Amino acid sequence: MDALITQFFNLEIMLKAWPMMLRGLGMTVLLCLAVIPLGLAGGLIVALASTSSSRAVRWTTAILVDIFRAVPPLALLIFISAGLPFAGIRLSPFAAVCLSFFLNNSAYYGEIIRAGIESIGDGQRQAARSTGLTALQTQAYVVLPQAIRNVLPDLVSNTIEVVKLTSLASVVAFAELLYSAEMARSVTYNASPIVMAALMYLALLWPAVRFASSLEHKLKS
Amino acid sequence: MQDDAALLSISGLRLSYGATEVLKGLDLEARRGEMTFIIGPSGSGKSSLLRCCNRLEEPSAGRILIAGEDITKPGANLNRIRRRIGMVFQSFNLYPHMTAAGNVRLALQKVLKKSRSEADAIAMAQLDRVGLSGHAHQYPAQLSGGQQQRVAIARALALEPAIMLFDEPTSALDPELVGEVLKVMRALKDDGMTMVVVSHEMRFARSAADQVVFIAEGRIVETGPPEQIFENPQVQRTRDFVAQAEH
Ligand SMILES: Nc1ncnc2c1ncn2[C@@H]1O[C@H](COP(=O)(O)OP(=O)(O)OP(=O)(O)O)[C@@H](O)[C@H]1O
Ligand SMILES: [Mg+2]
Repeated sequence: MDALITQFFNLEIMLKAWPMMLRGLGMTVLLCLAVIPLGLAGGLIVALASTSSSRAVRWTTAILVDIFRAVPPLALLIFISAGLPFAGIRLSPFAAVCLSFFLNNSAYYGEIIRAGIESIGDGQRQAARSTGLTALQTQAYVVLPQAIRNVLPDLVSNTIEVVKLTSLASVVAFAELLYSAEMARSVTYNASPIVMAALMYLALLWPAVRFASSLEHKLKS
Repeated sequence: MQDDAALLSISGLRLSYGATEVLKGLDLEARRGEMTFIIGPSGSGKSSLLRCCNRLEEPSAGRILIAGEDITKPGANLNRIRRRIGMVFQSFNLYPHMTAAGNVRLALQKVLKKSRSEADAIAMAQLDRVGLSGHAHQYPAQLSGGQQQRVAIARALALEPAIMLFDEPTSALDPELVGEVLKVMRALKDDGMTMVVVSHEMRFARSAADQVVFIAEGRIVETGPPEQIFENPQVQRTRDFVAQAEH
């Protein structure tokens, strides 16, 4: 029992690791602030493209979405950071993470938003067009606000997954939360920083998880 | 000069969905200030006809003139045409995420580029016209079906259309709510609005319509004043339909 506490819940070690962990947490938050808006914006474009009236646009989008959903995000990240330099494209770890997350998340967010758009009946579009709104205005003011509200729980759940996946950035030596914890573990030979990281993720994500399930309840009733 | 009395003039209108032709050459005139009533069995093409009139459907042949302007010619400005043609749907199609006033305001602000306060004033006036100024800030889900349909009418009226098209405006309503919508439509007629109405409300047609058009299988079978169509139809097909619809 004592061994468990000294190995995993060692307060002394946690205090020593605290500044480093805090910096890691800051980097994770920074990463989230970059990749979540990027993914949502990409997802919106993907959703609009996959409901486009042009068959060529729909097919191209469908193929790209399939590819980026099938490739594991870790493989994509390693390819971008280790493979692209051979093509003369050298990205910072931060940029590499942003690019790989953009490709991966746009596909996932896009599928969710597309489902939302498809849940809106044609009557809404006809009503809007009959008052002279353009196709774009109809999407922006009539279809998307309803579509996004309908899939908000899925968007929040996916965002939670994205936050957790930012720990992949540790493999390209980007000093986010998990990377910092791993560093602290290797210098202290103690697993407490890892437990600490887990608790920090929990603190970060628990409100979002609660929010997601309360949304689901609200939409069901 | 073209005939000034015909506000809507349709000739040789054809429409196909894929390989099936649903409108097979229709000619129809709706005169200014009159109510043209369209009746016919389910699937005969009544909704398709109305949707062609504001180009929500693309006709394969024929011409549609509204106030002398050919809306079917290539390069016609669809968004400008559409706001001159008010459309009311069976299922209301109100925007559920906007209040009654918000529903009326949207096109005023985004299409006619009116300021928020201008649009608000027009919305309130139009809601008042359909007897709903007290419900301006309620959402569609908080309104009865009859109230929702009246908001939809106000939304169309706000753009000051030259003509109003109604596609079974009361078919989705509980019987006790039908009257309030018909009352609004009758008031519109009294104001001189030109209207084309697809509906099964035969009693209303008898008392309010100026012209009744019977359509079956994508063709006009008979056109005439309500007395002719309901009391003395000239075609057997009309006689059968009216007899069967009237009870
Ligand atoms: N979007 C569409 N795609 C394919 N076929 C359609 C479409 N809309 C209507 N149709 C078909 O066209 C025909 C005419 O339909 P329409 O809705 O115009 O008839 P209607 O007279 O309004 O009928 P109802 O009284 O049931 O409303 C029907 O056979 C219908 O199945
Ligand atoms: Mg119909």
